[in-house]
Amino acid sequence: MKEVLLAFSLFLPLIAVGEIPLSERKSGYEFMSRETRAMQDDEVTGPAVLTLLDGEALWGKLGCQGCHKDAAVSMKGVAARYPAMVDGKLTTLEQQVRHKAPQLGYESRDLLALTAFVAKQSRGMPIEVEVSNRTRPSIDRGNEFFHRRQGQLNLACAQCHDANWGKKLAGTPVPQAHPTGYPLYRLEWQSVGSITRRFRNCLTGMRAELLPHGAPELVDLELYLMWRARGMKMEAPAVRP
Amino acid sequence: MISRRHFLLLTGVAIATPVKAQLPPNIAEIRKAALQEAIKKVIGDAQVRQGKVKVDIPPLIDNGNAVPVTVEVESPMTQADHVKAIHLFTERNPQPYVFTAHLGPRAGKARVATRARIADSGDVVAIAQMSDGSFWSESVKVIVTLSACLEEGLI
Amino acid sequence: MARVVVNVPAEAKKGEVIEIRTLAGHPMETGFRRTQLGELVPRDIIRSLVCSYNGVEVFRAELHPAMAANPLLTFTTVATESGTLEFRWSGDNGFSVTEKASIKVV
Repeated sequence: MKEVLLAFSLFLPLIAVGEIPLSERKSGYEFMSRETRAMQDDEVTGPAVLTLLDGEALWGKLGCQGCHKDAAVSMKGVAARYPAMVDGKLTTLEQQVRHKAPQLGYESRDLLALTAFVAKQSRGMPIEVEVSNRTRPSIDRGNEFFHRRQGQLNLACAQCHDANWGKKLAGTPVPQAHPTGYPLYRLEWQSVGSITRRFRNCLTGMRAELLPHGAPELVDLELYLMWRARGMKMEAPAVRP
Repeated sequence: MISRRHFLLLTGVAIATPVKAQLPPNIAEIRKAALQEAIKKVIGDAQVRQGKVKVDIPPLIDNGNAVPVTVEVESPMTQADHVKAIHLFTERNPQPYVFTAHLGPRAGKARVATRARIADSGDVVAIAQMSDGSFWSESVKVIVTLSACLEEGLI
Repeated sequence: MARVVVNVPAEAKKGEVIEIRTLAGHPMETGFRRTQLGELVPRDIIRSLVCSYNGVEVFRAELHPAMAANPLLTFTTVATESGTLEFRWSGDNGFSVTEKASIKVV
């Protein structure tokens, strides 16, 4: 019992180190240089454009169009409310697409193109994930993960992204970690990638346990982050350094 | 229990392997010399004058993998007086060339935009080759930062 | 076939200087990267882009590994007459892609 209380008291300061107040929330877009922002805004020759065109082609080629018809109508608002409960299970957008097209592997070029295309249809819409008895436990688990010290660096996500956002780490500003733009073209990757790839980057950087694509902890984390970003506008596919 | 000989052998292998991929300590001088040589190949014995060329590039770069850069050269772009080519170089990349754009009077304007890879903080140099055989250039200094949480090739 | 984007105004006035924006899907593997085992990943890049206007070359660029992945090239040309602009990208390992765009010059 004493041990439990001691352990809890170690977590307490981190959970208490508050969340960013709603009025102070900023998208990663605002931490980038003018030129990188221009790359995101370039709808003709921006780095993510080719992936979007591939996604649009796949929408037809893989048969999505058969049931879903015009993506601009049927997919509007979809990415803004994922991860979502599907048949009683918390599901990410990638998982939902793979459910219908299981031949697409996680982080494969085609899956990224299709999810980027679907996510784009929610551009400009406010993020709003389900908050209910069904999803509360996942949000709480994601919250705990975000605040838990992990890995060889004994670092918690919140220490950078809640407590030190805006400050510089090796010359680069630390963003607030809102998933408003996924899947996105990360200049570092030189390609489009999913939020799970980004999580795995962070876990590697923190020298923490590298969870695989589809791991429930990461699905919960994604839901928590989307909840934390509630009301913020979707900007997928974004461009980030 | 590992024997001393075995341990020393393993240590030797562990040290020798990354040496293959290491850069020599005077790498900055080597690359600067490569830049000068590349420029010399373009201009030959001619003098390069500062001016007419404008290099638009962010002074502080978010990520060196894709750096927007626009080179513009003042020129009427007529048959008699035009920019024949624009050459772009970097000081600190493994090799100095970025691109060469061949223009001419049909271009109307001497302006080329692209996204370049800039490996490290240093000079970015643009040289314009004019129809009258003259060369003009501009050199700008950039600082390259890295994004956090690098993945070392992981997906 | 690799995906390319070519953005040319559909219509222009005779003598107007138009902006042409091009984007080509290609990893532009520099030849300087190494695998986890230390082996060099061989170079594989687009080496040139040529733009012809009704068969006459109006722009040519030589690309090197220092061009970012999915190379963007934006340049200008004078709208001289109606017709077709043809773009040809070529590079290592036999890479060759062409794309056309029409322009109406009034």
